[in-house]
Amino acid sequence: MEAPPIPPFERFYEEHRDEVFAVLVRRLGRQRAEDAFQETFLRALRAYPKLRHGAYLRAWVLTIARNLAVDAVRRERPRVELDESIELPRRPAYAELEHLTDRLPPTERAAVVLRYAYDLPYDAIGAALGSSEEAARQAASAGVRRLRGARHAEKELA
Amino acid sequence: MTVPTDLDRRFREAAEREQLVDVAYGLADSPVGELLVAVTDRGLCRISYRPDEALDELAVQFGPRVLRLPKRVDAARRELDEYFAGKRRAFAVATDLSPVPPFQRAALEELARVPFGQLITYGRLAARIGRPKAARAVGGAMNRNPIPIVLPCHRVVGANGSLVGYAGGLERKQTLLRLEGAPV
Repeated sequence: MEAPPIPPFERFYEEHRDEVFAVLVRRLGRQRAEDAFQETFLRALRAYPKLRHGAYLRAWVLTIARNLAVDAVRRERPRVELDESIELPRRPAYAELEHLTDRLPPTERAAVVLRYAYDLPYDAIGAALGSSEEAARQAASAGVRRLRGARHAEKELA
Repeated sequence: MTVPTDLDRRFREAAEREQLVDVAYGLADSPVGELLVAVTDRGLCRISYRPDEALDELAVQFGPRVLRLPKRVDAARRELDEYFAGKRRAFAVATDLSPVPPFQRAALEELARVPFGQLITYGRLAARIGRPKAARAVGGAMNRNPIPIVLPCHRVVGANGSLVGYAGGLERKQTLLRLEGAPV
């Protein structure tokens, strides 16, 4: 099946803005959610021309929002345990590793998910994470190394 | 949870301030129905009778960062309002025809010189751009005019004076020509 084309940004924005706002309010409270909301869609807008197709845009923008929420909370309350759950549609090749990614640090997890589950190019991931293409590549690769280690340990236990 | 209007507006303003927008658009009411009016940094790039389809076309032609920013199209919309109110006979806004292929662009630029309230035939317009036998191709160029009304393809008619066609429908062509007091 051919990947859907990238929709005009207005349509993407109108489709996802309410859900993104709800997620941010839940995590950050009304006041801080407003700043994070604007930054989420500005990041999406910066990365938008680098997208190669219009698939998984919901997961993509929710990942951006979640990462910003994590950053915002971390700035105020260092080393707090965070609820990292956002429902992502499953893809078979990735599903078997998905439960492991929950244990990754947020940036590595986002990079791994966006790269291997959603097939986004590194420059789009970098923009989504507010870093560079190279930083996104490194985060994904560090995440994969960590996952391999975790998987190995799991097998040892079994 | 609905995004507050004020927050929505602040995001749009920030997007514009950071120059992250390929195409800004707004909607305008008019006697010929709701119009989508779109601009790039270079100028007015689109007027459409079918706003929804136009959004997709704009994304392909100018880039996917298409965002509703009504203020950016204020100047164009004001000129359109004046035109429809009978207070304006020529448009002053700059246009952006950058994605238009050369032949069509030549036809549209020549078309822009046809004055308010006057008619020209497809053949005559073809002759004016040095392609006297290309009346049919000129018809195609008019049919794909990205900026109707401002680029007045409604003033182009058949050799026998019939209205022939209009991408927005013949009824609109008639309305525009009557508004200009043209002999139809």
